[in-house]
Amino acid sequence: MTFMTAAANPPTIVLIGHGMVGHRFLEALAERRVPDRARVVVLCEEPRPAYDRVQLTSYFSGRTPDELSLVAEDFMARHGIELHIGDPATSIDRAARTVTARSGLTITYDTLVLATGSYPFVPPVPGKDAEGCFVYRTIEDLLAIEEYAAGSRTGAVVGGGLLGLEAAGALKGLGLATHVVEFAPRLMPVQVDEGGGEALRRTIEKMGVEVHTGVGTQEIVTGEGGSVIAMNLSDGSVLDTDLVVFSAGVRPRDQLARECGLPVGERGGIVVDEWCRTPEDERVYAIGECALAADGRVYGLVAPGYDMAVAAAQAIAGEAGGSFTGADTSTKLKLLGVDVASFGDAHGTTPGCLDVHYCDSRSGIYKKLVIAEDGTLLGGVLVGDADAYGMLRPLTGSIPPLAPEQLVLPSGAAAPAALGPSALPDDAVICNCHNVTKGTIRAAVTEHECTTVPQVKKCTKAGSGCGSCVKVLTTLVNEELKAGGITVEAGLCGCFSHTRAELYEIVRALRITSYADLLDRHGRQEARGGEGCEICKPTVASIIASLAPTIGAGGYVLDGEQASLQDTNDHFLANLQKNGSYSIVPRIPGGEITPEKLIVIGEVARDFGLYTKITGGQRIDMFGARVDQLPLIWARLVDAGFESGHAYGKALRTVKSCVGQTWCRYGVQDSVKMAIDLELRYRGLRSPHKLKSAVSGCARECAEARGKDFGVIATSHGWNLYVGGNGGADPRHADLLAQDLSDAELVRLIDRFLMFYIRTADRLERTSAWLERIDGGLEHVRDVVVHDSLGICDELEALMADHVANYRDEWAQTLNDPDRLRRFVSFVNAPDAPDPSVCFTPERDQIKPDLEILAGPTLPVRTLEGTPSA
Amino acid sequence: MTTLSVETLETAEAAEAAAQSVTVELRVDGAWVGVCKLGQLTPGRGAAALLPDGRQVAVFRDRGGALHAIANQDPFTGAYVLSRGLLGSAAGRPYVASPLLKQRFDLATGQCLDDENVTVAAYRTRMRRE
Repeated sequence: MTFMTAAANPPTIVLIGHGMVGHRFLEALAERRVPDRARVVVLCEEPRPAYDRVQLTSYFSGRTPDELSLVAEDFMARHGIELHIGDPATSIDRAARTVTARSGLTITYDTLVLATGSYPFVPPVPGKDAEGCFVYRTIEDLLAIEEYAAGSRTGAVVGGGLLGLEAAGALKGLGLATHVVEFAPRLMPVQVDEGGGEALRRTIEKMGVEVHTGVGTQEIVTGEGGSVIAMNLSDGSVLDTDLVVFSAGVRPRDQLARECGLPVGERGGIVVDEWCRTPEDERVYAIGECALAADGRVYGLVAPGYDMAVAAAQAIAGEAGGSFTGADTSTKLKLLGVDVASFGDAHGTTPGCLDVHYCDSRSGIYKKLVIAEDGTLLGGVLVGDADAYGMLRPLTGSIPPLAPEQLVLPSGAAAPAALGPSALPDDAVICNCHNVTKGTIRAAVTEHECTTVPQVKKCTKAGSGCGSCVKVLTTLVNEELKAGGITVEAGLCGCFSHTRAELYEIVRALRITSYADLLDRHGRQEARGGEGCEICKPTVASIIASLAPTIGAGGYVLDGEQASLQDTNDHFLANLQKNGSYSIVPRIPGGEITPEKLIVIGEVARDFGLYTKITGGQRIDMFGARVDQLPLIWARLVDAGFESGHAYGKALRTVKSCVGQTWCRYGVQDSVKMAIDLELRYRGLRSPHKLKSAVSGCARECAEARGKDFGVIATSHGWNLYVGGNGGADPRHADLLAQDLSDAELVRLIDRFLMFYIRTADRLERTSAWLERIDGGLEHVRDVVVHDSLGICDELEALMADHVANYRDEWAQTLNDPDRLRRFVSFVNAPDAPDPSVCFTPERDQIKPDLEILAGPTLPVRTLEGTPSA
Repeated sequence: MTTLSVETLETAEAAEAAAQSVTVELRVDGAWVGVCKLGQLTPGRGAAALLPDGRQVAVFRDRGGALHAIANQDPFTGAYVLSRGLLGSAAGRPYVASPLLKQRFDLATGQCLDDENVTVAAYRTRMRRE
């Protein structure tokens, strides 16, 4: 390039447009130190620098416009780039090599880059400019919609594509009754096929968004004040709405280029070559959505735009090699919470191609693979469950090692020989965001000595973009480590090379009742005779507690050696909170409580000055007790008939219930009684992690039983049992294990299920994760606990019978024994002194921890000799 | 470090009986300060003790019978809870894991094993028979 040798008068590069692609271009220039030797001027139309337009909808989940910004605070200053905000270019004079902006500013350029993006296409329907009509493209659009929506109840989106569904998500987020109107016969017509569109439609309608497909918008109807009141649709129907968002696609913004005589495509887009340069004028480039790339396509995705930005920056910096000749338009995204992925020849346009479908309209899952006659995978569509995307996209163009029907079946139903990443060729791209191949990831382990996934991520950048490939990446790294002879530890911790399930079998078979015994006889050589660790101690304590009656161990979890193994929560039979105080949860079986007992809880909380809160499990939590207050509080509670709620233990927590048949006009069974029975049966059962349950009295499911480890839903014939549900960070609906059970059948199945879980799960593995991990999944568990395929059901039932027969309330046992009460002091040498660091301040008529006192100046650190350190 | 081992005694019961007559002492500002009887400490666990000047220490008796003492305040949260952590050993050196956010502290030096910039005070200990 001419300017590379210029010295006295540095050349000027003008960038028109500061969107995502424009900013990536500036970064690419900065990476090549171009701003050091050239003047860079940016004209930006919007009132703010580049921001993450892809994440626009996240504004409604709490992200501020500032958080969406892509520009590091000092980026422009550090690189000496002149950014003119809110001053769009209005004309280009190629002969004079000048650009003029709206403010009148005229700049002479040596190189000009157009990154003007696209504009939303608004169909030419009457009324389209009425008050209440919007487009969805910029933060300003979004703020305007938000303001107008405050006075609206219903909103309609014209367009059911990717952006239309994003906009629908936004309207829903604003609390509007939301409609989507799509001219094509299905949603997302570009990315998915008919079946995928149908699955998407069902799921989105379930969320309360009304979908109208196969209809066009004919007119926007306005009221007397000139604002939107309805839409007339092509099928003759009228849709009442207060607000309309047009999201019917985008068009390249190529007006500036047209006006200065640069060629544009038939359907728009500034014609560029593989270096993103206009063939007419080698000083002018165009990148991103405004460009018609060398392969004759306009790309509306950000990733190809970024590639163009880099290609142009390389060309301008005089670097060889970079070019943009086309891009993979595979996408995986989450729209309104639904996974949607499309890759390769998603629509099966290759001559002679065949396809394989999997469709489960119950769960809203649709999968289609397009296969060539010789078995080559050509592409596919995944809706509702896109986990396989990470594996399938890299396999596109090759013959997969498994039959296509096995590739689309859900993991539980798939053939055992599941497809692993080891089947991928070395040149398969694993991380699409950073273009990292399997070979590069393997080399990170074999050549760059990475031994963990985070190290490989740092070394290769793989998995640091959208994150969809992390699962596959982890498997690859582990396999490579294994192949290299580096053991991937399956053992519980540094003390035991066994898993939790293996330790359970050892303890059960050899009737080992002591942790020290287990460590010294079965621990790793180097750990024997040692102290153990904070991981295996509570795990072994839990195993011994689960098996206590059967192996002849003491039933009280704090006797003898057991006392030294328990986490502080189990040790004080209460829950440690952030300032060193504890919280207390008495058991309220099934959430049913008498007024008298409620009054006792109120009185105890008031007398001890505790903060009270209703829990999610239909109980009452009392916070802010010092250790020395715990026995005093529990003496009152036990006296009133309460017992431990085990909120502190990896044990059964609650069995929640709806009010059931007794009161509810819809109820078909007595859900409260069943919940109480189950809670009393399994109370105190120690397990690998906490256990939650619920019983609903009818299919309306008010107790949310399918979000629990074991959930029961009444039918007119009995009970349906669901297992493996979870709320929290990784929600999962429980799976149906058996249906229409009698009371006795239900209890027997739960007995078996819980004991089988306790026996085989890993440490801190909830039933949901266990069910996903265990070989054979739900089917295997059903075989074992329903059909007794392993012949262990008698034993599982006997274990539970032992537990039920030997249950004692831990707090009553503690209060009855002065020795056991000794530990409940703040200070061993001052049993009557309360801990002065546990303090509280008032908030909303209750207390909260006083954290200032804990953050206060710490006492001087002293050396071993007891003198102040220098 | 310790001036007496109770592990040589014949039975566990005899050992516990003997432990009632043994005082646990810490070296504080150049002097030995008694904080409790050995029998008040559960092997493998800790207890909080109050020093005359109001400082809080966490005193531990490990599985082998050895005593350790460090400051009771968890530097990561400010809460006075280190005495309630679980003991473990790494490469033969005993440590306590904070019950709040699980950072580990070497019991001999007070050095945090998960953050080299953090150390809590450590105290010398001894047992003295009455």
